[in-house]
Amino acid sequence: MKRVLPGFGLSLGCTLVYLSLLILLPLSGLAFKSSSLDLSQFWNIASGERALASYRVTFGASLLAAMINAVFGLIVAWVLVRYSFPGKRLLDSLVDLPFALPTAVAGITLATLYAGNGWIGRHLEPIGIKVAFTPLGIVVALTFISLPFVVRTLQPVIEDIEPEIEEAAASLGASRLQTFLRVIFPGIFPALLTGFTLAFSRAIGEYGSVIFIAGNMPLISEITPLLIISKLEQYDVVGATALACVMLVISFVLLLGVNALQWWTANRHHGTERVSL
Amino acid sequence: MANAEPRWLRWALTGIALAFLFLFLALPLLAVFGEALAGGWRAFFAALKDREALSAIGLTLFIALFVLPFNVVIGVAAAWAIAKFDFRGKSLLITLIDLPFAVSPVVVGLVFLLIFGAQGLFGPWLSAHDIKVVFAVPGMVLVTLFITFPFVARELIPLMQAQGKDEEEAAISLGATGWQMFRRVTLPNIKWGLLYGVILANARAMGEFGAVSVVSGHIRGETNTLPLHVEILYNEYNAVGAFASASVLALLALVTLVAKTLVEWQMRKETEMLDTALTPEKVDQESETRP
Amino acid sequence: MSRLIRDFLLGLVVAGAVAASVPAFAESSLLNVSYDVARDFYKDYNPMFQKHWKAKTGEAVELKQSHAGSSKQVRAVADGLEADVVTMNQASDVDFLVEKGLVIKDYAKKFPNNASPYTSTMVFIVRKGNPKALQDWPDLVKPGVQVILPHPKSTGNGRYSYLAAWGFALKQPGGNDKTAQEFVSKLLRNAPLFAAGGRDATTTFMQRKIGDVLISFESEAELIAKEFGKGEFDVVYPSLSILTEFPVAIVEKVVDKRGTRKLAQEYLDYLWSKEGQENAAQNYLRPRDAELLKKFAAQFPAIKTFTVDEVFGGWPKAYPAHFKDGGTFDQIYQSK
Repeated sequence: MKRVLPGFGLSLGCTLVYLSLLILLPLSGLAFKSSSLDLSQFWNIASGERALASYRVTFGASLLAAMINAVFGLIVAWVLVRYSFPGKRLLDSLVDLPFALPTAVAGITLATLYAGNGWIGRHLEPIGIKVAFTPLGIVVALTFISLPFVVRTLQPVIEDIEPEIEEAAASLGASRLQTFLRVIFPGIFPALLTGFTLAFSRAIGEYGSVIFIAGNMPLISEITPLLIISKLEQYDVVGATALACVMLVISFVLLLGVNALQWWTANRHHGTERVSL
Repeated sequence: MANAEPRWLRWALTGIALAFLFLFLALPLLAVFGEALAGGWRAFFAALKDREALSAIGLTLFIALFVLPFNVVIGVAAAWAIAKFDFRGKSLLITLIDLPFAVSPVVVGLVFLLIFGAQGLFGPWLSAHDIKVVFAVPGMVLVTLFITFPFVARELIPLMQAQGKDEEEAAISLGATGWQMFRRVTLPNIKWGLLYGVILANARAMGEFGAVSVVSGHIRGETNTLPLHVEILYNEYNAVGAFASASVLALLALVTLVAKTLVEWQMRKETEMLDTALTPEKVDQESETRP
Repeated sequence: MSRLIRDFLLGLVVAGAVAASVPAFAESSLLNVSYDVARDFYKDYNPMFQKHWKAKTGEAVELKQSHAGSSKQVRAVADGLEADVVTMNQASDVDFLVEKGLVIKDYAKKFPNNASPYTSTMVFIVRKGNPKALQDWPDLVKPGVQVILPHPKSTGNGRYSYLAAWGFALKQPGGNDKTAQEFVSKLLRNAPLFAAGGRDATTTFMQRKIGDVLISFESEAELIAKEFGKGEFDVVYPSLSILTEFPVAIVEKVVDKRGTRKLAQEYLDYLWSKEGQENAAQNYLRPRDAELLKKFAAQFPAIKTFTVDEVFGGWPKAYPAHFKDGGTFDQIYQSK
């Protein structure tokens, strides 16, 4: 079948031009700058003991935060769309706050809440859980700053689910769990994966909030953006761009993988739909 | 209703959601307001009436409003191309759109300096023509465009993809022009996603600190946004002023949600009117689209 | 719906007009790019200078301030932030501008006292009543004592704290680089965390009640008192500490381009005037003026200090040796 819908050239063209000018051109500056290093210098910077430890901390904590958000974000989105209870509107509006609060404020506030004498920390520390100034604190900060992604990507999609489908499934004898797993979940899975990906990638780059709660001990709770900053503090712009390049490439590959996976599942899902019709 | 969870499950899910939001959202927010009001209401308002605070609020709003139309147009265009058409390299394109999220804010500021700074690629040319980009408002706008770029597109892509393209194809085959199809079919379908995208982008634009901080120059009363102002006050041992400004940011984010509620309300009124007028036709339309 | 959009567009236009009109000013102006806690000082100093300049030349002058982390600020100046003068808290930052050709090489000789109009030193802030009886640096490396300081690699305060401890160990009988490194490494092992900045270290110590001692600028102790109350902590002066200098300099390229050299020169010169020096003392920065120092003696207890130049041969040597990648700080964390 030929394309029926109009606007492909226009929309794709606009997107590509804008993307090249605003995103790719500046990022090419990064590659340009770090190209003044030869390969062995680059390798030395990128694979130092501290750098490797910081990748582990950064990517590990981000992954954990994104998973927490995927699970709880799904529940929150579901509850906000499907159920009604007093104060729902207010709660709904709170979800965007992690973006509006400057990250430094978030970091300072979370560190104060989770410190040994804070509102939350004082209940956790007696049972042996230290959050502030440990890697766990990093996970908390990252969960906070990336919280809106999963909820907000799922909300419109859940709103869009047609009740007829669920009713049909139910009338064909499916249990609620079966309906959810077989009918609803495949429909929202691409959006869930999108939200997860976005939360994850946002978390990887975060700096402002994390440094206030991380403790910043070398090899233990030092994140890669902090290493970039400390390179900048030494006026070592080239070294900083080298680390930034490494982060960028890793994130890019991870994102590409998730996006490819997502299109694969989405197309398979659509395919089955067409066959059944 | 057959398609609802049992009551206990509903309660349990609501409870989990509430607990999660309370722990991760409400408590930090309460702490912010608590700090802001630690010196009483008088100190709170005095901090906001400060000339520098007011100019920071103005600049923050200006930047947020300025980037908004760009984000809407490009976001919808990108989502349209990606969700409705098949082409090679689609995953790559989506990944490129995601990229601004993954770039650390610190690095975002840095790359703009590498391009537009005095020692950057275009620096000498810009300074010869006396054009200021970084350490002035244009640079701050550029950086904000960069970090908010993915929001609208990313919000719309899964939604448009879930909706498929049958409705639009039907509209076109019934003789609608591209613009008519977009306004009558696509836009009503994506309005919520679009709105969520805009709200998120807006909140992020107002709250961004790291990237803007690098290209702002921190000139008081001129290139200070509200988040930068917050940090400065905090570093100067003025916690009340800092947290008061931070709570203003939180309130500004709520304003966009009030706008959303208003739009929602108006639209529901419109659709109710339409529904009563269109009920019999709906059946015809459905039988038409299914050959 | 369309009304909403119309109103919104109207708002956009208004906001744009407001923002466009902001940078319009006529009188001559000067931009002072400075480090973050200097705000209070210049907030008082600028009106004094405006009065002085008006009396001297009859002209009004607009003074603009920019405050943020010291090395971040000089990077911005190097990247094109048009500062007429820089007032920093570490010579290494001004040295960077020398390297970039923005500040002349012997800037430190262009003004008295190493171009630093006032000084401060690193002191200990301890819990009220000093329950762990921490009197001097060796007390800080004892097991079980928790020390709070900002990150030595990414903050100016952290670097001064680090060098203060290093210099102390070096000056002890039999002290050499090896014993100094051992001493500092013991000190750092007593740090439960590295704070993000001077202010963050204070919050961690005062509000979150973590640690037994906070290493901080003497001048910041007063700011801490303002925020958290005077009776909440004690200040302890160690037997020996580092003299922190706050160099100022004219940014040659900018004043030539903008024609503000005379103004910039006068602005910095005036820092050494009686009024300027007294303002420093009132902001708890040690004035260079000996008479004033005597007058404010109650506020500035005598303390033996050493400078970075004396002990480390200046910042150009101290910086790479200790804080560049592979320097002593990194070595301490690799030997683990």
